[in-house]
Amino acid sequence: MPRKPNQTRVKNPSKSGRPPKSARNLVNQKPDRNTLLSMHRDMLLIRRFEEKAGQLYGMGKIGGFCHLYIGQEAVVVGLQSANEDKDSVVTSYRDHGHMLACGMEPSGVMSELTGRAAGYSKGKGGSMHMFSREKNFYGGHGIVAAQVPIGAGLGFAHKYKDDGGVAMTYLGDGAANQGQVYETFNMASLWKLPVIFVIENNQYAMGTSTPRSTAGTALYERGSAYGIVGKQVDGMDVLAVREAGIEAIEYARSGKGPYILEMKTYRYRGHSMSDPAKYRTREEVDAMRKQHDPIDHLRDLLLREGIEEAELKLQDTEVKKIISEATDIALESPEPSPDELYTDILVEVAE
Amino acid sequence: MSNEIKMPALSPTMTEGILSKWLVKIGDEIRSGDVIAEIETDKATMEVEAVDDGVVTQLLVEEGTQAVPVGTVIATISGDSGDDLETISQNKATPQDEPSITSPVIEPVAAPAKRDVSIAQVMEWDGPVKNMTVREALRDAMAEEMRVDDKIFIMGEEVAEYQGAYKVTQGLLDEFGEKRVIDTPITEHGFTGLAVGAAFGDLRPVVEFMTFNFSMQAIDQIINSAAKTLYMSGGQMGCPIVFRGPNGAASRVAAQHSQCFASWYAHCPGLKVVSPWSAADAKGLLKSAIRDPNPVIFLENEVMYGQSFDVPDTDEWLVPIGRGNIVREGSDVTITAFSIMVGKALEAAEKLSEKGIEAEVIDLRSLRPLDIELIVNSVKKTNRLISCEEGFPFAGIGAELGMQVNEKAFDYLDAPIMRVTGKDVPMPYAANLEALTLPQSDEIVQAALQVCYKEEEI
Repeated sequence: MPRKPNQTRVKNPSKSGRPPKSARNLVNQKPDRNTLLSMHRDMLLIRRFEEKAGQLYGMGKIGGFCHLYIGQEAVVVGLQSANEDKDSVVTSYRDHGHMLACGMEPSGVMSELTGRAAGYSKGKGGSMHMFSREKNFYGGHGIVAAQVPIGAGLGFAHKYKDDGGVAMTYLGDGAANQGQVYETFNMASLWKLPVIFVIENNQYAMGTSTPRSTAGTALYERGSAYGIVGKQVDGMDVLAVREAGIEAIEYARSGKGPYILEMKTYRYRGHSMSDPAKYRTREEVDAMRKQHDPIDHLRDLLLREGIEEAELKLQDTEVKKIISEATDIALESPEPSPDELYTDILVEVAE
Repeated sequence: MSNEIKMPALSPTMTEGILSKWLVKIGDEIRSGDVIAEIETDKATMEVEAVDDGVVTQLLVEEGTQAVPVGTVIATISGDSGDDLETISQNKATPQDEPSITSPVIEPVAAPAKRDVSIAQVMEWDGPVKNMTVREALRDAMAEEMRVDDKIFIMGEEVAEYQGAYKVTQGLLDEFGEKRVIDTPITEHGFTGLAVGAAFGDLRPVVEFMTFNFSMQAIDQIINSAAKTLYMSGGQMGCPIVFRGPNGAASRVAAQHSQCFASWYAHCPGLKVVSPWSAADAKGLLKSAIRDPNPVIFLENEVMYGQSFDVPDTDEWLVPIGRGNIVREGSDVTITAFSIMVGKALEAAEKLSEKGIEAEVIDLRSLRPLDIELIVNSVKKTNRLISCEEGFPFAGIGAELGMQVNEKAFDYLDAPIMRVTGKDVPMPYAANLEALTLPQSDEIVQAALQVCYKEEEI
């Protein structure tokens, strides 16, 4: 049945499949069955989405840069299970997973990747530049570490408006060497801004491993000179991520200031689709996949907890269907109208 | 033998100051190095030290006197040692040594101040007016807007407790408190990005750069984050923010602190760029900029801060962004300028009038969007165009302006379009070289004579 691509950016939360997250006390609470299942589904959704994006890139349907999140799913899924809808999220250019975890429509994201009118940015942003005011997702920033002071500014706005929100600010191990990160740490600590700096340490800044680029590889300690608490977390374990997230978010939300979470994680794919991957061995990647895969890890746990294999199978089917539909829309949606070339440059002001 | 103590120039752009306090009285014996008075400049309160030993014989200016011109004799002391000794202040500030004589940097400063610019030349307003400095007009614009919208806050280096490095934010901390008037660390890249994030988060930041030279530290956030995000988000993420501060040359602060960034910022879609000359425009444009839902680069000029103009006496004085202003009507040649160059263009127009050439002077006010219609219509009348700017000539505002007029009014031109600009060199420190670098009114006169084919009459 043909779909109507221009109507895909609906506000119906059904595709994102998660109930609203309002204020709740999660401290010292073990995640219930539904939460565990939901995290499994969200990680699976990101994995399948990214696999499909990789395929579409290979087919020439996605252009430019395309940075896949495969392997790192536990980080954003664990943290998004620990925060509230009113919190804001900002990240770098490896952003597809974050958008899906924020509840943005897979079809809107995929259509942006294919540069179509149904995309979140009407096809004008692409993989690295997508936003959703509705979901409090503030991008998608293509300049390494530029999102870090922006995240602090979102935290500043939460504090200024006294709305109880926290700004989840994601950056990579590469960004952690940019000067503006430290300018931001200083101000965030000085002004006790409610910001969680999530350093997703996937161990390679493009092709340069952390030890080759970084003096002092304990990135969670990078805020200590500014009095910012930091913690290193196994970013391949979604439950560990969630638990650390709950603690950090509670800390920031209660007015104590920023918090750094260093997530030790790993990306299976290259930095971008055009990565020759000469800087690490296939064995290294395979070992991470086999021994530390975040989805396998949670799946094993769910099975041990008595969840039926069939239920997980059902999730798999549901996710595949969502991705397949999103892909159809992303390929069927028209390109943006040429009239869009000169729109959205400035907000029009009536004199 | 009696020595005169003169009102010192304590900052590069100071033309007058307040004698806030005498720390000596008549009959006091003073020694070289003693602090004898406190003087408030356009930037700060400073102490004046004596260089001579002697006895104070006269205090010629009362405490609290406002607007004492630099060089005024403020006291005399009887000198018992050496006739040649002078105070430090004299060494720095006698008119003979003042760069304003050899360098035109300060000369044009004084010129617009003396010129009583009639409000009718600047705008259409027949209500009551109030005479105020550009500095006060900018402050009032921010204060008035902050009173009606509590999402507006101002941040920057020394904007709060210090009252602004150039006193533009004077009194704002007292009125609005530290939540809304925020001293930042010296961290331009960081606080610019933070302010952009706050704008995404539904606040309306006004960011002060102590000078626009320092905005180079932050230009990535201004261009890549503030200017482009609306487009990259398909219209979802507006960035209502004002970046303001002094732009262009001050006086004798050399290459890293004397540069016009008008063409840099005007180059980029997604930004609005304005640069007022008069206090009325400064106020009306800043209020418009703060209300604008887009990022606005607001280029002020340190030398202009102390200049006074009539300003409409109302809280609702708005000058629309994107509109130029004919500040002097004429039929023979069109001269465009913005910021401090408007004063020089008017000066040139007066000189030209004496030679029988009536120049039409347009204050661009807004560089992006540019009021090209106003310029083209003027060129259709005068058939000649001279573009003035303090910035570098290469790829400057004049380059753009000349090309647009070429495209839109080529058939109306009776002479090549000419530019009067800053010279194509980093700003030198030496007074004479600085004077050569900055565009002067005489150069505008020469250019006008040339395009009017009156060279032979010089």
